[in-house]
Amino acid sequence: MTLVINGETKTCPTVRNVRDLILHLGIGQDRVAVEVNGRIAKRRDWETTPIADHDQVEIVQFVGGG
Amino acid sequence: MTYSLADDPLVLGGKTFRSRLIVGTGKYSSFVMMREALASSGSEIVTVAVRRVNLTDRSRESLLDFIDTSRFMLLPNTAGCYTAEEAVRAANLGREAGLADWVKLEVIGDERTLFPDTEALLAATRVLVKDGFVVLPYTNDDPIMARKLQDAGAAAVMPLGAPIGSGMGIQNPANLRIIMESVSVPVIVDAGVGTASDAAVAMELGCDAVLMNTGIAGASDPVAMAEAMRKAVEAGRLAFKAGRITKKLYATASSPLEGVSR
Repeated sequence: MTLVINGETKTCPTVRNVRDLILHLGIGQDRVAVEVNGRIAKRRDWETTPIADHDQVEIVQFVGGG
Repeated sequence: MTYSLADDPLVLGGKTFRSRLIVGTGKYSSFVMMREALASSGSEIVTVAVRRVNLTDRSRESLLDFIDTSRFMLLPNTAGCYTAEEAVRAANLGREAGLADWVKLEVIGDERTLFPDTEALLAATRVLVKDGFVVLPYTNDDPIMARKLQDAGAAAVMPLGAPIGSGMGIQNPANLRIIMESVSVPVIVDAGVGTASDAAVAMELGCDAVLMNTGIAGASDPVAMAEAMRKAVEAGRLAFKAGRITKKLYATASSPLEGVSR
């Protein structure tokens, strides 16, 4: 499937939901936030939040800042 | 009865803190340096930014590997946001990532000064307060805006001392004093602190806390500067509580005028 993740178009094997996408990307699940098509997907809903072809996904974390 | 710092905690957002110094985690030369400086500062709250995960370079170290979150409370900021909508979105992402409701709210009005867009800041504050956030807004030194932010439900007001990262110190002490008389929420000077005396001045004016990043991270020796800032915030608070002498134009002798042997 084709997804836009953090502004970049990427091709990846089909994933069904946010949890599967996070696992596929190898991202640590602690202290990240995920947004699908402009809506935040809460961690408890990752398994039930579907990912479809051409979805826009934002995955953010905490970095140093003032 | 003499005043004691130990009996004078900072009450902020319904929580109690011993330290009145809040420190940022940006601009350090390394995560190790940051960790040592944070420890030296004695701070209990540290600010963090919310940014995209780097998907290509998975080997990079993570900030949170170097922050003991049992010791430091994370305060996500909305740095880099120029509209109320962007800031509200960033605040929500920060809440989801950090699983806590606190946010240092920044809505920037200008790239060069990084001064806040207070109109948008007020709008974002209203939305976020309504949504259950503990909002700490980075604002300017306008007492009218400070009162509006308080009335909108902000948990504190955070007027800048000088532009972010400028190190210019407290540019408008008079307005800071007026702000403190205008609001009842904590007043936290945020931005512009360059060296220890700046932090002490802010606290002597009666501020409840000081927030800084560049002043420590950009110093030649951040660990030493963090210690200096810790002491300065304590000294300034102690001096404020001790009740300074008034300023006079002319001298008043400290030694007796009578009994001089001639």
